[in-house]
Amino acid sequence: MVGEGILKGLVETARNFFGSYVGKDRLTTVQYPEERLPQIEAARSFPFLVYDGPDWDKGMRCVACQICEKECPPKCILIKKSADKKPDAVGKPQFYPAVFNIDISVCMSCQICVEVCPFDAIKMDVDYDLSTDDRFGDLLLDKERLAKSNEYYNAIHPTEAAAVDAHFAEERAKAEAKAKAATEAKAAAEAKVAPAAQEQPVGGETQ
Amino acid sequence: MITDASPAAQPELEPLSETSEEQLLEIAMGPQHPSTHGVFRMNVVLDGEHVVRLKPVFGYLHRNHEKIAESETYLGSMPYTDRLDYMCPITNNWAYALAVEKLAGIQVPERAEYLRVIVGELTRLQNHACLIGFLMQDMGSSGTPLMYAFREREKILDLFESLTGARMMCNYMRFGGCRVDMPAGWLEQAQNVVREFPRFLDEYENLLVSNEILMERTQGVGVLSKELAINAGMSGPMARASGVNYDIRKVDKYSIYERFAFRVPLGAHGDVYDRYMIRFLEMRESLKILNEAMRDIPAGPIVDPKMRIRGFRPKPGEAYGRIESPKGELGFYLISNGSLNPYRYRVRPPSLINLTVLEDLCIGQNVADVVAILGSVDIVLGEVDR
Repeated sequence: MVGEGILKGLVETARNFFGSYVGKDRLTTVQYPEERLPQIEAARSFPFLVYDGPDWDKGMRCVACQICEKECPPKCILIKKSADKKPDAVGKPQFYPAVFNIDISVCMSCQICVEVCPFDAIKMDVDYDLSTDDRFGDLLLDKERLAKSNEYYNAIHPTEAAAVDAHFAEERAKAEAKAKAATEAKAAAEAKVAPAAQEQPVGGETQ
Repeated sequence: MITDASPAAQPELEPLSETSEEQLLEIAMGPQHPSTHGVFRMNVVLDGEHVVRLKPVFGYLHRNHEKIAESETYLGSMPYTDRLDYMCPITNNWAYALAVEKLAGIQVPERAEYLRVIVGELTRLQNHACLIGFLMQDMGSSGTPLMYAFREREKILDLFESLTGARMMCNYMRFGGCRVDMPAGWLEQAQNVVREFPRFLDEYENLLVSNEILMERTQGVGVLSKELAINAGMSGPMARASGVNYDIRKVDKYSIYERFAFRVPLGAHGDVYDRYMIRFLEMRESLKILNEAMRDIPAGPIVDPKMRIRGFRPKPGEAYGRIESPKGELGFYLISNGSLNPYRYRVRPPSLINLTVLEDLCIGQNVADVVAILGSVDIVLGEVDR
């Protein structure tokens, strides 16, 4: 019959139209600014720098090794290494970035910087309301604007951050154990050296 | 009446005649035309309503992809391949990863192969769903069918986001495996989507397959003969709709496709309707593959443990890796000279090659059919122009 196919299609449309008042699976639109979807944990937008502790400048994990700068495909990262050193998360003296800029108008959110970072210092943010009327200034993020706390990182990527924290705790424990062993060995060596040092002058005197 | 000072300077215009066959009109469809799937231009020469000649004009979206890739590291080009065929980024990743794996002789662990097949077939589902929606949109059924298709696509994109972190620019494959393993609960979520998908297909078939207007607009329009399909190097659904039994999943048996039972649907006429229907049938076959793959996926590592991310230098040589992307044969040809970046990097995009027969399909058709024919070829300009 001519028109049968059209009628069948209209029935389908009607089913969807009236079904949208009953079932959630036919009404999938989200009224965006008022209503938001739950954040997906793996989601990524732009990179940020993680810092530990209360002070963003002191606790910055980045050691300015410049690997991410080299590996970034669109080359949107600029790092200038510091002249002096300061202790890092584990306690070893390290360089720190004197300048760390990311131009997020160039960044393509590929997260290769995250993958190559050996210090777990750069991670992906999930923020997405980023529109601005200042095209150049506001999209060039400096060190201060990139710095976000470890607590924030734990809040947005809980699974990943827990693994990173566990890894750091292990490293720190190892470093502490090593330091302890080193001081003990030093103390023992000193204890050994001390009597010898005392004996020597005595022996010298006897000569 | 307008008086002219020098009437002799005015050339005498030929009178318009309805019967004259010499009254040809050349118009430029695109690059801003909404039906051209991006920035594609067709210079169409019309005789009345009929197409006499058609010249495709490419290059409005040229981004120098191949040359940029030659100055990037091997991994650095991976996110750029997402941007080739932006409707299905994961299959682009896959073809590139396959080429590099061939070049460097890397083995992919079992679980990673299954993951690749799962995300690859999900990509095929969402690409074909989109295509049939777009085709309806091109033929003037504005809104409804496209939105139904996008509703289903969004479910699959949500899966991609929770697996890879991005809806479209996934950057998921790595040489020798995949970047991340599936998070907890992802497989169940994916199984739900796959279980619900046939409902959408049934609904969509009800909606449009037996629709008289659709049949009138598509049957016998833009016929691609089997001979031309073979001679012009067509691949993918475009070739199969013309009856060419050529599916690289069956021919090359790359990855682990020989383990799955699926058929290759073939068309008989090669018209727009066949190309439209073949996508439905392929989606049903993809669902079979997905069900099997999700049932059988083993535990284990997802990436070759010997692979390092930085400092990857394959030994000198060349390799061509190709897969059956949703649009056809997607191949990457790489030459390595042993340095950090490829010496030559070449993409064989299915969209571009499938587009070469556009003039043959369109000659003699109406202008309105050109839009439908272009829609059925399934192009993405990111891939055509690169």
